[in-house]
Amino acid sequence: MGNEESVFFSRVLTELTLSFHIIYATIGVGIPLMIMIAQWVGIKKQDEHYILLARRWARGFVITVAIGVVTGTAIGLQLSLLWPNFMELAGQVIALPLFMETFAFFFEAIFLGIYLYTWDRFENQKKHLLLLIPVAIGASFSAIFITIVNAFMNAPQGFDLVNGELININPILAMLNPAMPTKVSHVLVTAYMTSAFVLASIAAYRLLKGSDHVYHKKALFLTMKLGLIFSIATAVIGDFSGKYLAEYQPEKLAAAEWHFETEEGAPLILYGVLDNGEVKYAIKIPYALSILAHSKPNAEVIGLEEFPADEIPPLYIHYLFDIMVTIGMWLTLLSFVYWIGTMRNWSFIQSKWYRWLIVLGGPLAIIAIEAGWWLAEVGRQPWVLRGIMKTQDAATTSGHVDTMLVLFAGLYLALGIGSIIVLTRMFRKNTVEQELIDREIEKAGDKL
Amino acid sequence: MTLELIGISVLWLFLFGYLIVASIDFGAGFFNAYSIFRGKQHILNKIIKRYLSPVWEVTNVFLVFFFVGIVGFFPKTAYYFGTTLLIPGSIAIILLAIRGSYYAFATYGELKQKRFAFLYGMSGLFIPASLSIVLTISEGGFVTMEDTGPVLHYWTLFTSPLTWSIVVLSLTAVLYISAVFLTWYAYKAKDKPATELMRKYALIWAAPLIITAAGIIVEMRYHNPEHFERLIDLWWLFGLSFLLFAGTVYLISKRKRYGLAFGLLSGQFFLAFFAYGMSHLPYLLYPFLTIYDSFTNEAMAIALIIAFIAGLGLLIPSLFLLLKLFLFNKDYVEGKRNDFA
Ligand code: HDD
Ligand code: HEM
Ligand code: HEM
Repeated sequence: MGNEESVFFSRVLTELTLSFHIIYATIGVGIPLMIMIAQWVGIKKQDEHYILLARRWARGFVITVAIGVVTGTAIGLQLSLLWPNFMELAGQVIALPLFMETFAFFFEAIFLGIYLYTWDRFENQKKHLLLLIPVAIGASFSAIFITIVNAFMNAPQGFDLVNGELININPILAMLNPAMPTKVSHVLVTAYMTSAFVLASIAAYRLLKGSDHVYHKKALFLTMKLGLIFSIATAVIGDFSGKYLAEYQPEKLAAAEWHFETEEGAPLILYGVLDNGEVKYAIKIPYALSILAHSKPNAEVIGLEEFPADEIPPLYIHYLFDIMVTIGMWLTLLSFVYWIGTMRNWSFIQSKWYRWLIVLGGPLAIIAIEAGWWLAEVGRQPWVLRGIMKTQDAATTSGHVDTMLVLFAGLYLALGIGSIIVLTRMFRKNTVEQELIDREIEKAGDKL
Repeated sequence: MTLELIGISVLWLFLFGYLIVASIDFGAGFFNAYSIFRGKQHILNKIIKRYLSPVWEVTNVFLVFFFVGIVGFFPKTAYYFGTTLLIPGSIAIILLAIRGSYYAFATYGELKQKRFAFLYGMSGLFIPASLSIVLTISEGGFVTMEDTGPVLHYWTLFTSPLTWSIVVLSLTAVLYISAVFLTWYAYKAKDKPATELMRKYALIWAAPLIITAAGIIVEMRYHNPEHFERLIDLWWLFGLSFLLFAGTVYLISKRKRYGLAFGLLSGQFFLAFFAYGMSHLPYLLYPFLTIYDSFTNEAMAIALIIAFIAGLGLLIPSLFLLLKLFLFNKDYVEGKRNDFA
């Protein structure tokens, strides 16, 4: 197998593994926080429904964690197996957060084991809740550290490159690179947002499928409220991410916006098609790109014309950006209307079609996560380390990557199907109604 | 001690940790499958599940720590081992993934089928076998440098007696470590039949273990004389290790002090593993890569060591809490409490 093929298949395998891992990883980052909130509300309101909610989420969470862990182990090893040159170079500068990430994993793994197996051990529920805090911290710090590595790939700093040698290395400076603040916060907050909408869609689905129990209504209201808060935060931080790009990676922003010529007062282009370099059928929002990039309607935004042709990322990332932003806006609206509607007793939010829209919200949020990562990663191409190392120079020289690709694709298929089957069986067999009776739960309100 | 030595010692220590906890895990899966096969599942099933459930994720992190750490301290290993290990590495990942997820599916999701339990048990043997290949490769003689980079010669690898001895050693070690630990654990759980069964397995696997271990030292003489010399220089460490081994076997056969027996076993493996590691130095991949020429820069090394010390400050109390709540909690071990979510 020639090296071009190795590069190609290494890319496909990386894309596949990361795209799969990110689904479970995002849920893994967000759900502990959701469990924590539910258990806290339950303790505070003396309402056993919320505690049972936390308990059932925790049970499902184990399955998603397991897939997160095994696919994470895969990507961790694959980085060295598929991109040995990249890891050798980058390892010298950015190994610190990767290393710290393993401590976050340790911390999370240990306390997750403890938390899961101590549900009825303590008289005082609050003690049990305390055990969840390290889980949530560990999960979020995993995301923070790995995202710092990714931020470094977009805006490398903390070293000098002299004749191909790295000198004056400063690991802390490398971690505090300019891409870090927006990237880390956007990733974290979208993980919380996605988890909230995924859990909301489960509650809505249960309500649609005949169970009218107040338990599900409480779950839905809680998760939609959280979804609203985090989706607003997502949009705000997303806006900051745009400003970061305008400043440090203008080619990515320009490609995502099909912004070809540097100009002042640039419009934001949504959707459309490219026809010989002409943008057609697009929605144009005047001045919006200048506002996104620099907060001023008349600010100048750098266009693609200023970059060499071989350093321009693929233009299809425009659609990825549109998908992400549209979903973000849509979910904000959906949860906002639900929240207002609940306050004011609007009846349509209890209707079937509205609940179906909520059911759709979970998968949509996951699509937004995927679109966002593909935008960020493809938008960095052709670089693996922006300005330092191109992707094609980073890949393994070993053959057989294509065979490995087939093997891993089979593995992920099995894991994906397996996790869905197990999760549905787990909850279908043991319904909420049944569990409420089994556990003799009485201390629970019958209103939201 | 130089930074290089500190780095490799830290990593070796965690690899040792993985060796012990993963062996218990892999062996338990195998014994479980074997007992299903023999129609004696009821004897082992409960104690194995009780031990493994709260800790399986922690086991995995030991491995992650090692491979992330080695690329951090010795970035060139990413290039040499990364390029050569694509196939064995990928196979190990896939096996680990199947094993980990199956465990979660079966334990928490109640997906129970004999066929799977059998596959699960077998994977516990294939994983150490495929991971142990890395040690074999590091002895040199299987990798050559070509224009495109390092290339691994599979034919030489798979026809070498050294490869197969190391594979067999890894298997016997897994079964022996696991059997000794589970004897102790079953004893603490006051589970008589399980104690007796595991005790029998422990004694069965003791002899093959020590024979293969000694055999490898002999083979090294032909395969890598330089390494053999250094192994012999450390004969007293191996001797001590053997004494501890004899102590374990003695205690187990006399049905005495199972906890101490497991302690001696840990000491035995600790000494042998570190003696082997010391004799391997300075090479990481003989003769291409040493800990000195593959080492990261000083700033990163110091940062990693500081992070490591801070991390341990967090880790040790947490691990202690985990052990206290599960391994040393009488009610839990005896199965009087479950408290699962
Ligand atoms: C639920 C998922 C989700 C939603 C609704 C949004 N994003 Fe996002 N976005 C992500 C999930 C995401 C992500 C998966 O977390 C990314 C990929 C890499 C990263 O740093 O975050 C991302 C990247 C990303 C980037 C690229 C950053 C970079 O490459 O450095 C920009 C400019 C935005 N986002 C902007 C927005 C805006 C203006 C949104 C308006 C609502 C928005 N995002 C909603
Ligand atoms: C988990 C979230 C991530 C996802 C979903 C993701 C996804 C992707 C995708 C889709 C590409 C392909 C771009 C292309 O081929 O055009 C890519 C490239 C790459 N990513 Fe990321 N990425 C993530 C985070 C990271 C992080 C944190 C690292 C490093 C530690 C990383 C390392 C790489 C490397 C080495 C490449 C180059 C290979 C390539 O271009 O295909 N990624 N990633
Ligand atoms: C190239 C990128 C990545 C690598 C190398 C990587 C590596 C890993 C590894 C090795 C594990 C298993 C740890 C264990 O044994 O417990 C893991 C799990 C995890 N990863 Fe990733 N990861 C990557 C991307 C991400 C991203 C972008 C996020 C968050 C947004 C993330 C969040 C997590 C979480 C939370 C877990 C724990 C499992 C869970 O709780 O579901 N990872 N990852």
